[in-house]
Amino acid sequence: MWLWFHKLSSPPHAFRTAGRLRPWFFWPAVLLIAIGTFGGLVLAPEDYQQKDAFRILYVHVPSASLSLMVYVAMAVGAAIGLIWRMKLAHAFAAACAPIGAWFTVLTLATGSIYGKPMWGTWWEWDPRLTSELILLFLYLGYMALRASFDDTQRADRASAILAIVGVVNVPIVKYSVVWWNSLHQGPSISKLSAPSIHGSMLWPLLVMMLGFVLYFAAVMCDRIRSEILRRERNASWLSEIDAET
Amino acid sequence: MSAPGLLGIMRLIVARDLKLAVRHWDQVVQPLIFFVIVTTLFPLAISPALDELRRIAPGVVWVAAMLASLLSLESLFRPDVEDGTMEQWALSAQPLSILLLAKTFTHWLLSGLPLVLMSPVVGTALGLPASVWPVLALSLALGTGSLSILGAIGAALTVAVRRGNVLLALLVLPLEMPVLIFGARAVDLAMQGESVVGPLNLMAALLLLFASLGPIAMAAAMRISVET
Repeated sequence: MWLWFHKLSSPPHAFRTAGRLRPWFFWPAVLLIAIGTFGGLVLAPEDYQQKDAFRILYVHVPSASLSLMVYVAMAVGAAIGLIWRMKLAHAFAAACAPIGAWFTVLTLATGSIYGKPMWGTWWEWDPRLTSELILLFLYLGYMALRASFDDTQRADRASAILAIVGVVNVPIVKYSVVWWNSLHQGPSISKLSAPSIHGSMLWPLLVMMLGFVLYFAAVMCDRIRSEILRRERNASWLSEIDAET
Repeated sequence: MSAPGLLGIMRLIVARDLKLAVRHWDQVVQPLIFFVIVTTLFPLAISPALDELRRIAPGVVWVAAMLASLLSLESLFRPDVEDGTMEQWALSAQPLSILLLAKTFTHWLLSGLPLVLMSPVVGTALGLPASVWPVLALSLALGTGSLSILGAIGAALTVAVRRGNVLLALLVLPLEMPVLIFGARAVDLAMQGESVVGPLNLMAALLLLFASLGPIAMAAAMRISVET
């Protein structure tokens, strides 16, 4: 029953599997993002209050939820790697960090582009923006710690501990920032939260969300393949792979 | 001679580190001077008007305390790792987490507690009324404990890294932000004459959480750092 699990931890097998899965993630992702973009930018009706500016949410919301999801996935991967000493889980966690950091940057960028016409300012010390910024710092710290070790195994285990400490801290940061802000300036919290969203606006968002998740999976396949290549650069199975492709 | 229990061992470690600190007292005093210098920068940079300073004083004291606690973290584990003491601790039969917790407690005694005692002086210089002193001192006492524990995790992770002090700041500061938020807010509320029970309770809760889970992370990080 656990055979597939053990097989997955073998680098050559994982390398091939990731290569085989990649098109199955990538092309549906392209299709879904195309449908979602068309649905969001053309088909969805204009918001009666925010006009066309609300349409940036079709990029903003999926990247915001992925920025958090990827962090949790990274911490889970790091924990699996630390507990069962699975090198591949560490490779997964290492590959997560840059993708997640980019989703966070994208969230912040789209958020401030949205904020300019809506709130009249590029940056607002809104709890969501602030906690997203702190999340970016956590990603950057994780990557900085990885980069400072020459030995991959050490980098894996040290950064795994940081990822786990970070994931315990994320809810604390989140709630402390919300609480900090609610004392400062009450009404701004509800600025972003739409009371309800109409079906014609909702479906492109869901399609986009799914497209982003598949896109993450496709990029992950690429990244984990290059991560495996980097770690196994002296292994003999690489020459066989070379002959195959 | 009978072997001391865990509490006895913790007491021995605290006594040893305190003795070492007395012999290198300049290293203990330097973060304190840094704390005072940083708080001096704000009146120079912003305005000497006391009522203007009073508004930002809680934040200034707290940011300065955070930076001062960061400054002394670098040397928390490094000497013991360099001379091999830490390796012996990692090999010993005693739980490494408890040993490191004792060291972190000493770090707090030497870096956190002096800040607590200094805070009325610095607060007065920034225009904080005397009625706020107890809250300022209490929030610093609770908060610097959390800062020491979070910082010790970062120090254990980076102790094997060459020139790790910038990295240490990068790792630790984002994790410490909740403590800063609650600490500065408690002082702010006290200045407005409102109840400070909420933030102080939350800070105590954070301290308990970090004190119970932190040593496990410290020990795991230290084992990675000392293995060759």
